[in-house]
Amino acid sequence: MNVGLVQALLSGLLMGFVYSLIALGLSLIYGVMDVVNFAHGEFLMLGMFLAYWFSVLFRLDPLISIFIIIPLLFVVGVGVYKGLIKRILNGTRISQILTTFGLSVFMANMAMFLWTPNYRLAERTLTRATGDLPIFGVHVGIPEVIASLGSIIVFALAYYLIRFTRTGRAIQATSIDSEGARLVGINIDNIYAITFGLGISCVGAAGVLLATFYYIFPYVGTFFSMIAFATVALGGFGSVEGSFVAGILIGIIESLGGFFISPAVKYAIVFMTYMVVIILRPATGLFGW
Amino acid sequence: MRKDERGFIVKRGFILLCVLALVLSLGGTVLADNVIKIGAIYPFTGPMAGTAQMLKNGVLMAVDIINNKHDFDFLFADTEGIPSLNGAKIEVIFADSAGDPKTGMSEAERLITSEGVVALVGCYQSSVTKTASQAAERYGIPFVNGDSSSPQLTERNFKWFFRSDPHDGLYVRQQFEHLVELEKQTGESLRRIGLVYENTETGSNVAKATEELAKEFGFELVEKIAYTTGATNLSSESTRLMASKPDVVMMGAYISDQILFAKTFKTMRFAPKVWHNTGAPGEPDFIDSLKGDANYLFLRQGFCADQVENKPVLVEVLQRFRDKFGHEMMADAVRSFHAPIVLADAINRAGSTEPEAIRQALLETDIPGKYCLSPWEGIKFDPETHQNIYGKYIICQIQEETFYTVFPSAFATRGPVFPFPAWEDR
Repeated sequence: MNVGLVQALLSGLLMGFVYSLIALGLSLIYGVMDVVNFAHGEFLMLGMFLAYWFSVLFRLDPLISIFIIIPLLFVVGVGVYKGLIKRILNGTRISQILTTFGLSVFMANMAMFLWTPNYRLAERTLTRATGDLPIFGVHVGIPEVIASLGSIIVFALAYYLIRFTRTGRAIQATSIDSEGARLVGINIDNIYAITFGLGISCVGAAGVLLATFYYIFPYVGTFFSMIAFATVALGGFGSVEGSFVAGILIGIIESLGGFFISPAVKYAIVFMTYMVVIILRPATGLFGW
Repeated sequence: MRKDERGFIVKRGFILLCVLALVLSLGGTVLADNVIKIGAIYPFTGPMAGTAQMLKNGVLMAVDIINNKHDFDFLFADTEGIPSLNGAKIEVIFADSAGDPKTGMSEAERLITSEGVVALVGCYQSSVTKTASQAAERYGIPFVNGDSSSPQLTERNFKWFFRSDPHDGLYVRQQFEHLVELEKQTGESLRRIGLVYENTETGSNVAKATEELAKEFGFELVEKIAYTTGATNLSSESTRLMASKPDVVMMGAYISDQILFAKTFKTMRFAPKVWHNTGAPGEPDFIDSLKGDANYLFLRQGFCADQVENKPVLVEVLQRFRDKFGHEMMADAVRSFHAPIVLADAINRAGSTEPEAIRQALLETDIPGKYCLSPWEGIKFDPETHQNIYGKYIICQIQEETFYTVFPSAFATRGPVFPFPAWEDR
């Protein structure tokens, strides 16, 4: 029983950090631009597929290709912002929802058309980063440990960028009051592009880290994005710290709920927790303002 | 261009079109007289699109054998078309269900009412087959299914529904027979069963059958875990399973979750003596993605490529399939292949395309085992349920990243690797 508890707690915690990183991108884009990106899970899928193709075509381990994929996805994010999101910023909420939702359908189907619906696993060339570790009498996968450490690092970098750099302060200012930010001479359009690119890089990085141990297929983003929405709502839409704590919470609730109550209802428990928070703190989640 | 000149061209074009339409429609009716239309519904769009293509090619392979001359021993191989109907050709009209039961049903209705098909085949997903066959039942059109495995389909005692493939209930029985045989061969007890299944219709039905048959065979169910398909993390499921210390893990999982379970088991170093799967990892991408970690899993197959040793006709059909479609004929194509053959055989014996005549002929179907690609004694339908009474699965084990038949012993090409080796020793 004790071993089971440790195992459940550890794997929940490890997965939780990845959930945090996935949620960060979603929360950031919403907090700054007021756009709910329904294609978030599909960008995760894109990150995973990029990791897969780099591993197959260039024999690059995802842990190496991540340094190429993060900037690449930043560019993709900026491109999607300029080509699509920018045009709907002043539109109605419904047109924003339909656009990002349409983008998600388009991306998933495009992936299916290009890469077939088959399930794949990325090829690992860094064999030292595979296998498992004994911790507290249980075994945890090294890829999972690296994925969660990697998520913490990327999260910390993004946090630093947002909180302590000039650009980051401009992002914060835009998030608080875009009109005010415009008045003091911040180029809002650039800030939006950077924010969107940053959000996509974060979720893409999470995808690459997941690709070290999770299977890849065109609809892989669906379930993760559902969890991401619950995480963001739990932590508070727009709150960076909230995403971090809520991701870990959800990872642990999922794992312990599955272990103690029943695996069949573990997602029910996750979404129930989220609903309780929504009822108690409807507008803000745990950390929002 | 002047106005009257333009008018002249338009007029001439119109006449030309009329003539063309007339010729085409005449040609159409001439052809239609000697064509028998069959409808085939598969999930051509959505996540099962790849599988649907395989199923479609299976149907087309069968139709190719029926419609054209071939130089090997098979039903309809030495004739063109249906002999008793002056060589009428079979034409298959494919429709897309998108994996949705409602769409499947409306497509079945459309095929029957506006396309005028005389029979239906399909639809892969049991839930879709269920609704589409209801439409066929209502219109009184024969429906031959070769590719759905829910036991319920033939428990409805429909008048017009026939199934050539075996079903999940039969398979679970074979699984227990296999365990009993393994116990005999090795002298080890395999009585503690851990059951894991995905919590929708397919998985739940498998779980129900497993529970009932465990009792009948005297096995003990030490853990029973329902999980959500597509879960992002299966560690709590695996932890619970491991804690119950089962000898055998029986899993009704889809390929995606099966991949994640294999990875999780490996990380936790969980190796039950026997790991059995009822679900879909017979698909090639299972081994492609997991490589060596896929080894030693037992799974059901309707067909396995190593059966060519037992069945000469397979060599011929597999080769023609490869030539025609440029890829291997996998289990799903073999499943869908049987239905058009069964129908053509019935239509030929009926000497008519009247639904009732075909239905009567279907009831008298008796196709010998040598004309089945699957390892069956033949195809013959139960008069009540219309389930093929010879329908059986084989149990394969993945060894050296290839499927090998290990049970029943009459079809086995290799002995089983037992017990499932510890992860660190492989």
